[in-house]
Amino acid sequence: MIRAVGTPTRLTFARVARMLGVETAAELLKHLRLPIYAISTIAFPLMFYVIFGITIGGQGENAVGVATYLLATYGAFGVIGAALFSFGVSVAVERAQGWMRLKRASPLPGAVTVVAKLANALLFAAAVVAVMLLAGTLLGGVRLTAGETLALFGSLLLGALPFCVLGQALGYALGPNSAPVVINLAYLPMAFASGLWLPIDQLPGFVQGVAPWLPAYHLGQLALASVGFAPADAVLGHVLALLATAALAAVAAVVAYRRASLATYG
Amino acid sequence: MAHHFSPPAPASRRPATPVVAFEGAGHDYGRTVALDGFDLRVAPGEVVAVLGPNGAGKTTAMHALMGLLSPKRGRVLLRGRDPRDRAAREGLGAMLQISGVPETLTVREHLRCFAATYPAPLPLADVLERVGLTEVADRPYGKLSGGQRQRLHLAIALVGDPEVLVLDEPTTGLDAASRRALWSILRALLDRGRAIVLTTHDLIEADALADRIVLLHHGRVLAEGTPAEIKAGTASRRVRVVSRLDDAWFRARPGVASVRRDGQAVEVLCASAEPLVLELLRADPDARDLEVGGASLEDAFLALTQRTVPPTRAVLASAAGQAVAA
Repeated sequence: MIRAVGTPTRLTFARVARMLGVETAAELLKHLRLPIYAISTIAFPLMFYVIFGITIGGQGENAVGVATYLLATYGAFGVIGAALFSFGVSVAVERAQGWMRLKRASPLPGAVTVVAKLANALLFAAAVVAVMLLAGTLLGGVRLTAGETLALFGSLLLGALPFCVLGQALGYALGPNSAPVVINLAYLPMAFASGLWLPIDQLPGFVQGVAPWLPAYHLGQLALASVGFAPADAVLGHVLALLATAALAAVAAVVAYRRASLATYG
Repeated sequence: MAHHFSPPAPASRRPATPVVAFEGAGHDYGRTVALDGFDLRVAPGEVVAVLGPNGAGKTTAMHALMGLLSPKRGRVLLRGRDPRDRAAREGLGAMLQISGVPETLTVREHLRCFAATYPAPLPLADVLERVGLTEVADRPYGKLSGGQRQRLHLAIALVGDPEVLVLDEPTTGLDAASRRALWSILRALLDRGRAIVLTTHDLIEADALADRIVLLHHGRVLAEGTPAEIKAGTASRRVRVVSRLDDAWFRARPGVASVRRDGQAVEVLCASAEPLVLELLRADPDARDLEVGGASLEDAFLALTQRTVPPTRAVLASAAGQAVAA
């Protein structure tokens, strides 16, 4: 069979939707079958919340208040982890394998790869918040209204997006072995200094001074506002800070991507 | 190999519109020139092997053809379009040198992802059958053998039923049995009117699969032709003899491309054997164990690379290594 030089087809909505569906399903399956990923993105934040938010926090007289406050901040901690790890580590690993290159050589639009990873990160982020909410409700006496629940999920999932961009930048800047280490070195101290583990007002003064410069602090404050623990009039400032983070991370991602694609091959 | 093709005209004279065209393509990484004025046209249904030692620029050329990099000089066309244009790649199937793919997904899941990116993919069962992975279709990538992994990489390239198949070192790292298995799969693809561009540093592989060979060295085309034409080039004859004459004497003869010691014997590659033999027997009547033969592709390759550039250890080692490995 001899074919004429084919005319390229136009991308229809149906074809893009199909690619996106298949890619997202693959991305999810890939991570669900990887115990280390599910453990570090869901089990660790949940465990921290149960230990510090419910068990230790439950000792005082305002146990429900503490459990609710820390649900917001550990929720922020959880979604940031899902964003940084599902983007940063998987991009670094797949780039090193040459897998990313193979995808770029295929007719798959680059945006589909990114959106599939985004969907995966957000689904894991939603899952980690959901299990924490369940634990808080069952074990910590947390009672959120429907509106608060919606606001908590909404702020945490939208707020996770800048961290997905940051993860993408780190994935292109780091190697497959250094990525998990470097991301943890940035993520864990940032979470602490942003008041995601302990309420910000219990941290030393100089840490409180540093916190507004950390994007995780602003996500934590947004989540707290959604359950009534932070002033609502400061929300705009936190949103702007997160948008600025996303913009800076996007520039870094483009620079890192360009540098990575200039790397020499045989 | 030509009998595998339709139409049956020799590839070099086939007048069809090229599906792949490199036009003076050049690229460098900093000071390292990877590709220098590279020209190549591939007609539909043609199988071209780009052959060269490591660092010859083969992968750079293939990456340009896959739209992974934009050459700094000249241009590359895939089906008449820029390969960086996504739509142009709907006619391209690529097999790259990759160290792995996500290990928790199965053969079938990986294939399904790539099939979705093409407008008219082949049925998965068909592709699985063709590369011999039907039995392990639901096995995760992490549990496949090296040969099975490489066949999945080939299946990924095939699944879109592309007009142009680009295979970058398809058999590197495979054992002899897996390599032969892959060759026979590739040969079975040859009757489909599909152009194949493959790179290899294995001369036997190029000879076994391609109907045209492009010899690439330091980013430049050193020679181009059918395997037979390559052999009929300048260093087409091999003279082997045990003689008291030294290497310098042989090198000084006209038409001598290379001189190599092999134990007691000396092996000389040259354009024409008879004048050399005549002079040799005059200069050393005691010469013995004289053998005259056609040069193998390896010999031709070695001679060509030696003549064009100063023979570096790396080139010789690489070519000699291939000869041994083959």
